[in-house]
This record gives sequence, structure tokens and C-alpha cells, in this order.
Amino acid sequence: MKIYVPMDSAAKALGADEVAAAIAAEAASRGLDIDLIRNGTRGMIWLEPLVEIDRGAGREGYGPVTAADVPALLDGTLDSLGPVENIPFFARQTRLTFARCGVTDPLSLSDYEANGGLAGLRRAAAMSGAEIVEEVTRSGLRGRGGAGFPTGIKWNTVLQAQADQKYIVCNADEGDSGTFADRMIMEGDPFCLIEGMAIAGLAVGATKGYVYLRSEYPDAIRVMQEAVRIARANGILGAGILASGRSFDMEIRTGAGAYVCGEETSLLNSLEGKRGVVRAKPPLPALEGFRGRPTVVNNVISLATVPVILEKGADHYADFGLGRSRGTIPVQIAGNVKYGGLFETAFGMPLGELVLDIAGGTASGRPVKAVQVGGPLGAYMPCGKFETPFGYEEFDGAGGLIGHAGIVVFDDSADMLQMARFAMEFCAVESCGKCTPCRIGAVRGVETIDRIAAGDPAAVPLLTDLCETMTDGSLCALGGFTPYPVMSALTHFPDDFATAKEAAE
Amino acid sequence: MQPRTPAPSETDMRNIISEHLQLEGALLPILYALQEVYGHIPEAATPLIADALNISRAEVHGVISFYHDFREVPAGRHVVKICRAEACQAMGATPLAEAALARLGVEWHGTTRNGAVTIEPVYCLGLCACGPAAMVDGKVLGRVDETRMEKLLAEAGA
Repeated sequence: MKIYVPMDSAAKALGADEVAAAIAAEAASRGLDIDLIRNGTRGMIWLEPLVEIDRGAGREGYGPVTAADVPALLDGTLDSLGPVENIPFFARQTRLTFARCGVTDPLSLSDYEANGGLAGLRRAAAMSGAEIVEEVTRSGLRGRGGAGFPTGIKWNTVLQAQADQKYIVCNADEGDSGTFADRMIMEGDPFCLIEGMAIAGLAVGATKGYVYLRSEYPDAIRVMQEAVRIARANGILGAGILASGRSFDMEIRTGAGAYVCGEETSLLNSLEGKRGVVRAKPPLPALEGFRGRPTVVNNVISLATVPVILEKGADHYADFGLGRSRGTIPVQIAGNVKYGGLFETAFGMPLGELVLDIAGGTASGRPVKAVQVGGPLGAYMPCGKFETPFGYEEFDGAGGLIGHAGIVVFDDSADMLQMARFAMEFCAVESCGKCTPCRIGAVRGVETIDRIAAGDPAAVPLLTDLCETMTDGSLCALGGFTPYPVMSALTHFPDDFATAKEAAE
Repeated sequence: MQPRTPAPSETDMRNIISEHLQLEGALLPILYALQEVYGHIPEAATPLIADALNISRAEVHGVISFYHDFREVPAGRHVVKICRAEACQAMGATPLAEAALARLGVEWHGTTRNGAVTIEPVYCLGLCACGPAAMVDGKVLGRVDETRMEKLLAEAGA
């Protein structure tokens, strides 16, 4: 009998380690012969710890399981969720990037290969760099970190650049609230990211890679370091990967708690051992990146999607999606929701369907007031924009952005003036200090919102003007996009900005 | 409060630094290694690092002070981080954090007078579907309410 208990940190945060220990102890005391596997999470966080038992006829789910439930679980008397793949939240997904996540033992290379792993790298190893770049370009894959820049075009720039050394840098500084897809795949299917980086290395002629992984993810750091060690020991990294005669190796580096280091040029400075200050572009990192060399900087999900594109072909991937948003997107459903977790689906599902149907509305049972899409720099979308299909251009047209595809749901108890104030406060705390509109503007923004709260009507146009300056005058998205949450809150929820004024009158 | 970490000696610090010099971009790994041993970055390490990397002391200080994670003084015996970000706010993280700060009688980044607990804000632990989230000495916790926080703080000796 195989028993699966996730080792994902969301599952651990809800007691998975205690459940696993209880299962091992109870099985030992009963003399039961079990195979206890610590898998990744399936992404249905409201069911965690989600225990799966395979008695020879497929995997039955149980959850949320507590340590006290374990005797009943082993007796077979605990209520079952049925086959895990049939749970509607899971059954409705299209899992390409996350196909193995939650299914396999994350650190078992044989599990990885048995479930399609390394097929993409084997194919890539027999192709020229230009052919790999062409395949990724045709897939329509765009940067999943938020900017949505076509991955193949970025790779082609690095491929064409002449240099003695090129680099692949994976941006795993997933600092946006409401996002956890990077963490989930690094903890649940780390070889997939390693394979994607190796393919990127073969494609552009880079022999060295780095994962810049945030310190707030200690579990992901441990899993990735172990996975790199295993991959190196098995000839997937190092000299002559998979006997191809081409080399690629990589290291895991830990960030140090600066949100702005999720911005690619600031990340590169940090990786070089400097303050994480934003660089002006040009030069593009693709030409002058890490240590001044041509560098591919891609988000975790972009790189982790490359193996399935190489395995199944560009057309298979590009057949999913909407408009210029091709393939699938792992939507991370968070905040005040009934069914929170990761939902990978083809681009195009309307926001309202995700919030009300897939996520089941709020956990509190109160009406939805606002949904922040794309992290702390994303707009607060009111229910009136629920028709907006999930796609880069579609969200842009609706005055928002999809960012890293996290959606954070708020019920009607949320005070949008306070949320706008928090956006400015966060920008002030995390600003790298390079440019004035961000460094000073965010501080003035907090003060101006406090004036509005105190009932000063003249402060509203001032805030609007300040936001324009920040948008136009900031070097990077931190100062440049903080106006998204601020102005969307002000525009769509004017009542929250008027209460204090009316009370004063 | 008993010192938990060895007193920094110049030889030991030089040894820690030199273990990382072959790395590309060695400064952050060096700082983490020093903090791992001493619980903070000893002031006396700055000139040694500057010398080893051939950069100025101001540059080293600039890097240490830029990042939230590097400590110039040791933390309390336990470090409690509470997520302040939006997804956790949607589940009540703000009153949870305010209650914890009031209970400890300190501001963010403060340490209780008995040295038991340092409390810090964190902006996202990636536990956004099970907030409010917290982390105690590297252990992640989801759906933390005030009762559970009180228990955690009491266990930590605050």
C-alpha cells in the first residue's frame, strides 16, 4: 500500500509533517507494510494535508487529514474524496507545466523519467541551438514572470550574441502576494526547472546557470539544492549532459529579502554581490547581463514550461490559449476564497468564472468586493470587470495586468483606501532608492492618502497627479506600477475614499 | 541572555570568507555564511570582506544595510515572522499582527526585553491560499489565528 503525504510547504503549514509522522507510527504499531511517499502538492490547498492512498486500484484522496484522523484513515473508515483526478477543481484543469506536480516523489529521478521527464532535454540535445529557439518561439511562450515578453525572441538575442561566456538566470524571487506557482513547482517537481534551464543553456550556448531563489522559501531552497546534486550525479548537469557533448551546470543562490530583486536588472546586481539597485535599460540583460555577459533571465514557470514544449512540440502547446496568449497559465487563487490553490488552464477563462465558480467565492461567505490580479503592483478589479478573459492583452485593455497570475480575493469588509495606502507603504519599504518618483513618491503617497482619509478633498487630485509622475518617471515596475492598485482602488471604489470626508462634513 | 554563538575571531572570519571566494558574486553567500555562524554580521567582518573581495568597506556596508535579511545585531532566541501582504490581509492578517505586537510590547523588528522573540514583517511566504501565514524559526504555519499566535508566542518564551 502506497501512502502519499505532500511535503509542499503549504501542506506543511497545515500540518502535513505531523500527519506523515502519525501515519508512520500507526503503521509500525500495527505491523502494516506501507510505502510512505512525500509528494508535491496537487495544488488544492483547502484540502491540505491531502493524503492519497493507493491500494492497487488508483489513488484515493482524503483531506484535510489531521494526525487524529490517522487510525480511521488506516482502518479505511475515514470519508474519502474519491479518486483525486476526479475532484472537479482538478478535473477541470489542463496540466502541462504542472503535469507531474503532486503526482511524483519530487526527488525521485526515476519517477520523473517515468512520467515524461527528460524527453524534452533528450530531443533538445539532438537539435541545434537555433532549432531549439525556433521551437520555443513557435510555441508562443511568453514570460510568465509578468512582463509577457516572448521567450523565444529573448533567447534568440542571446543566441546571436558573441561572448566567451553566457548565462541562464532563473528568477525565483517570487515576491508577489497571491503567487506561489514558482514555489510549488520547485518543491513539487524540481527536475522540471533544471531540465528547462539545461534546454535553455543548449539553445543559446550558455554553460552556466543560476537560480536566484528568495530566502522566504527555505523548503524550496532545500529541495532545489538536493535536486541539483542528484541531477549532477546522474549526468543531467555537468560536462557532456546526457552524453550530448555539450555542458551545462547550475547553482542555487539565496536572495536576501528585497522585493525589488524580482526585477531582472536588480536581481542581476544582487547575484553579482551588489545592492539590488535597478539598472537602466538598455543595455538589455540579453546582451549585457550577469557580469556583463549575454544572459537569459527567465521566470521559473517560463523555464519549467520549456520541457513540455520540447517533449510534445510547439504546436501542441500553442493550440491552447486565446489571441496572443498561447498555452496554459497556472492561476493562483488566494486570499479570501473557499477553494484556494493552483489552477492551470488555457488562457481565456473569464475572471469571474475563476473567482465565483472555480474558487467558489469567498471563504467568509460574504460578497466579493475586489480581486487584485498580478500581485501588489496589480489593479484591484471590481465585480464589474469579471467578464475580462484571462490573457495579457485582455487584462491590459481592462486597465489591469495578469502579472504572475495570482488572484487575491477580498470580501466586502475590505477597506480599499487602506489597501491603496498599503500599496504606497509597501513601495516605500521596498524601493531600491535609485529613482526619485518611487523613493520619494511612495512616501508622499502614504501621506496624501492619509490626508484623504482625514477628509481633505484637495488631496485626491494630488494623489492622481503623483501617480502619473510615478508611472511616467520610474525606471522599473515597482514605482511604475504601484499606481495600478492605488488608482484602481480610487477609481472603482470611490465610496471608500469619501467616507471620512463626509463624516467630517 | 546567554550568548548562543561564538565570539568572532579574525582567523575564523577570514576562513569563512575564503571558502566562498571562488564563487561568481561571492558577497551574499559570504554574508549568509557569517550570519549562519554568528547570528549576525559582526562589524569586524566588514574590513575583512572588503579586503578579500577588493571592494571598499562602504560597498560592503551598503550591501549589508540594503537587504532586510542581514542583521547587524543578533536577533532574539526565536524569530517570528508574520506575513503582511495582501492575500493574508484578506484573511485578517492585520489585526493578527497588531495583537501580536501589542502582546509583545514591541514594534516591528523589535525584540522582547527577555530576548526571547524578535518579531518581523514578511511580505509573502507563498502560503497565500492558507493565510494568515507566519514563520517561526524557519517553520511555516498557515491559517494562524490569535489563539494560535498566543500559544506560539508563549511557547517561544515571550
